Parts: sequence; C-alpha cells; structure tokens
Amino acid sequence: MTRSDRLVRILSYITLTALIVVMVFPFLWMASSSFKSTDEIYSLTYFPNKPILDNYREIFGSSLFLRWLLNSAIIAVITTISVLFFDSLIGFTLAKYSFPGKRIIFVLILSTLMIPTEMLVIPWYIMSSRLGWLDSYWGIMFPGMMSAFGVFLMRQFMESVPDDLLDAARIDGMSEFGIFLRITLPLVKPALATLAIFNFIGDWNAFLWPLIVSSTPKMYTLPVGLAYFSSENLMRWEMIMTGSTVSTIPLIIVFLLFQKHIVKGIALTGLKG
Amino acid sequence: MKLRQKKTMTAYLFLLIPLVFFVFVRFVPTIYAFWLSLTDWNIISPKMNFVGLDNFRELFSDTVFLKALGNTFKYVLYGVPLVLALSFVISLLLNAIQKGQAFYRLIYVMPYITPLVAVSWVWRWMYQRPPIGVINGLLSFVGLPTQRFLFSMDQALIAIVVTTVWVNLGYCVVIFLAGLQTIPREYLEASKIDGANRLQVLTKITIPLLNPVIVFLVVTQSILFLRIFTQVYNMTDQGSGGPLNSTKPLVLYIYQKAFLSFEMGAASSATVVLFGIILLITLLQFQLLKRRIQY
Repeated sequence: MTRSDRLVRILSYITLTALIVVMVFPFLWMASSSFKSTDEIYSLTYFPNKPILDNYREIFGSSLFLRWLLNSAIIAVITTISVLFFDSLIGFTLAKYSFPGKRIIFVLILSTLMIPTEMLVIPWYIMSSRLGWLDSYWGIMFPGMMSAFGVFLMRQFMESVPDDLLDAARIDGMSEFGIFLRITLPLVKPALATLAIFNFIGDWNAFLWPLIVSSTPKMYTLPVGLAYFSSENLMRWEMIMTGSTVSTIPLIIVFLLFQKHIVKGIALTGLKG
Repeated sequence: MKLRQKKTMTAYLFLLIPLVFFVFVRFVPTIYAFWLSLTDWNIISPKMNFVGLDNFRELFSDTVFLKALGNTFKYVLYGVPLVLALSFVISLLLNAIQKGQAFYRLIYVMPYITPLVAVSWVWRWMYQRPPIGVINGLLSFVGLPTQRFLFSMDQALIAIVVTTVWVNLGYCVVIFLAGLQTIPREYLEASKIDGANRLQVLTKITIPLLNPVIVFLVVTQSILFLRIFTQVYNMTDQGSGGPLNSTKPLVLYIYQKAFLSFEMGAASSATVVLFGIILLITLLQFQLLKRRIQY
C-alpha cells in the first residue's frame, strides 16, 4: 500500500466518523429528552441530571399508545403474511406454468407500480365508505394485501427453482399446491425474508392511508397515533419525544435482528433498475 | 384431462384472487380517479356533474395549487442533488476503507427504517427557536447567529429537505456501494498502471460505469420527493404546510382538498397532475437507460 493510499484511508475514517455523529445525534437527543422532566426539558443538557421514567408511565397509563402499538402490530403482521403468501403464489404461477395470457398478466401487475398511492386514496376512501370499511382494521389493510414489487421479486427467485424437482414431486403424486407450498417455498426462503422485512417496515411506518381511513383514536396505527398525540400535547416536548421513542424502539429491534437482510434487500431493489 | 390442460387450469385458479385484487384495488380505482377528475363531485352533495377539463383550468388559476406545485419542484431540485452528492461521497469513502464498513453502513441506514412521523417530530423539536432548540443552541455555542428554521418562510422548506436527506441518505449509500462493488478491480488497476490519477479514475471509469445506478437513484429519489407529505404534515403548524403555504407540497394540497374540504373532483384532478409528472420521469428513465456505456 502506498503512502497516499494510507492517507486516503485515514481521512475516510475521520470523515465517516464525524458524519456518524450527525446520523446518530437525533436518536440520542430523542431518547435523552424522553427521560427529562418538564422542568429540565428546556435546558440543553445532553444527559438529564435527574433521569425520570414518569413520561413513560404517563404515556402508557393515560394515552392510547399501547392500543396503537397493538393495532400496528396486528396490521403489519396480517398484511405481511398476506403479501408473502399471495406474492409468492403469483410469482410461482408466472414462473413455472405456461398458459395463455401469462405475459399480459405479468405486465399488467407490474404496470401498477407506476400508479402513485396518492392517486388511489380518494377512490379507496369512497369504496371504503360505500362498503362500510372506514375506521376498521380491514379498511386500513386491504390496499396492501398484495404488492406488485413482491410479485416481481418472487417471480425472479421462483425461476431459479429447477423444473426437474417439480416434475419429480408430480410423479410422486403431490398436488400442484403442495408443490408450491412444500417444494418451492423452502427454496426461496432468503427472498421471502427480504420481502417480509420490507413489507413489515413499510406497513409499520405507513401514514397517509391510515390517517385518511381511521377516524376514531382507538383505531389509529402508531404513526397516526403519534401525530395525533403530538399535536394534542404541543409544546410538551418531553412527552412527544417519549412517544417518538416508543414508536421507534420496535423498528430498531427488527433492524438489529435482520440488518443483513435489510442491507441486502435495499441493494436488491436498486439493482433491478 | 391432459396434464397440460390441468396445469393451465391450476394456473388460472392460483391467479383468481390476485387478479380480483389487482383489478378492483388498483385498476378500477385508477380509472375512477381519472373519471372523478372530470367531475365537480363534492362528497356531501349527491350529484356528480361531468365538467370536462374545468377542474384543471381552475387548478392552474388557483394560486395555492401553483404555490404547492412550485414547492414540490423545489423539494426535488434541492433534495435530489443533495442526497445524491452526499451519498456518493460517503459510498466512495466507505469503499476506500476495509475494516468497519458494515458497521458504518448500518448506522447510515438506521434513519431510513425509523418511522417518518417520529423522525419529523424529533427534527421539529431540534429546529425549535433559541433557547429550547438544540440546533440553535449549537449555533450560538460556536458563535453563529441563531435561525428561525421552521418558523421562517425562506428556511422552512430547506429545513424539511435536510431532514428528508438525513432519512434517505443510507438507502442511497447502500445502492451506490453495491454499484461500486460491481466495478471490476482490473479496470481500476489497469487505469492506475496507465498512469491515471485518482480524479481521472473517478470521472473516466467509476462515474460512467455507475451510470445506471445514478439514473435509478435520480428517478427513485425524485419520485420520493415529488410525493413528500408525512414530513410536512408533521413538521408544520397543524399540518398546514405553513408558514403561509411556504412548505406545502402537492400531496398535502390534495389531502386538504379531498379530506378537509371534500372536493373530490378537484382533488382527483390534482392527483392526475402528480401522476403525469411521475409518469414523465419514469419514461425519461427508460430513455436514459437505453444509452448504456460499454467498455
């Protein structure tokens, strides 16, 4: 290694470390503010002099945060399972069967990627109000039960499953659905994991549609609840930061558990272009 | 029944529910949005009259809509170059180090998966006036003048851009880094042997080979900034896009039109405008990607 290479490397480390401070600081400031009392919140101390848990006690005691956590968990889990099941089934069908109309169906599904959600929320709202779906779990969930991107992803991975394997299972008398469930799904586990994590994060963080479709606080998801709670407690920054911390922690846990899949998944979405 | 026929039947059976979904939750609503944009429908009134392009004519003479459209382009024009330049530099630096690459990358990605609503309130708290806002506290600590940030007509939009860049940075870094790692080492080594300096390697080899990645990021980030909503809703007073509409983007305009004043027809025509812009950018991407660089 030349001297200039070493210099570049050292400078890179210094710059990257300095930038990390900028990336991490808002998280630390959020967490530290959540342990401050009303008296201390306006003094710019980095660590609270007398850290307290009162804010957490208050938020779980007298607000709907636990309910919102539960709502978000239920919605994110059910939609993710639905996306995993249907997207891999569609991907499997499009990759492993030949039938008239196959190309058109694939192109039609993919073309929905170009439609922005913002354009659909008004028709979805009207549809939900006609069918009585407003302010319900189903109303929040139904637009996300399948994802065109997931279909694209799963089809690609399903194509790599060897046909011989499927034919062997057919000769053994396995049903077509059984082949999908027991032969192909286990072979595309990494793709399923990526899709699951991204879908879960997306559902957990979704804001516009849940904001529109839910109207009573007990039906809010965590982001909508946090926005509502924060505007109700305007200027009580210690409470807003406590709420923000509570909404962020579940995702930090998911992130630390599945970091490799997340980074790989992002790279995967980028390289499809 | 022959095996072939049986397989075709199975395929259609598997696709039955998905087709119902994509038709009724994606296609029909899209067509319905286009239809609504040509009507004067207000959710309270039972009547729906066909008004042709009147909504669009009204939109383009509505100063608030024009302001929102202008703001939306400002978000894109400030945000996209900033996030791309920063993430490109960071990914070059990450590519230059060997130990700890995964750790640094992880930290940069963290904001990307954090709920945007929480991020918005944390930044809103940091942007507060002196003496309670930490950024202003930092500014006065180093002897710089304090700023009004979200309370200023000139700074609020930029303040929101900075927060959004902070969120999207990690995503772009990961994609740039993946792109950098696909460049064969031989190209870089060969150019060094030929006597190219670092800058020449960067501009003549690295950037041209990254062209598809750059185009992809420009397009996806532009669409993201065009659709900006959550940050503005949560960082401005009462989700109004203030002060005085100075931060209001197109989607917030649509939201207010549709769900606060219930003018579904007018709101739908604004969504059609948004759709048109996004479509244009996507088609541009395909055009740009056709011209691939071959070595």
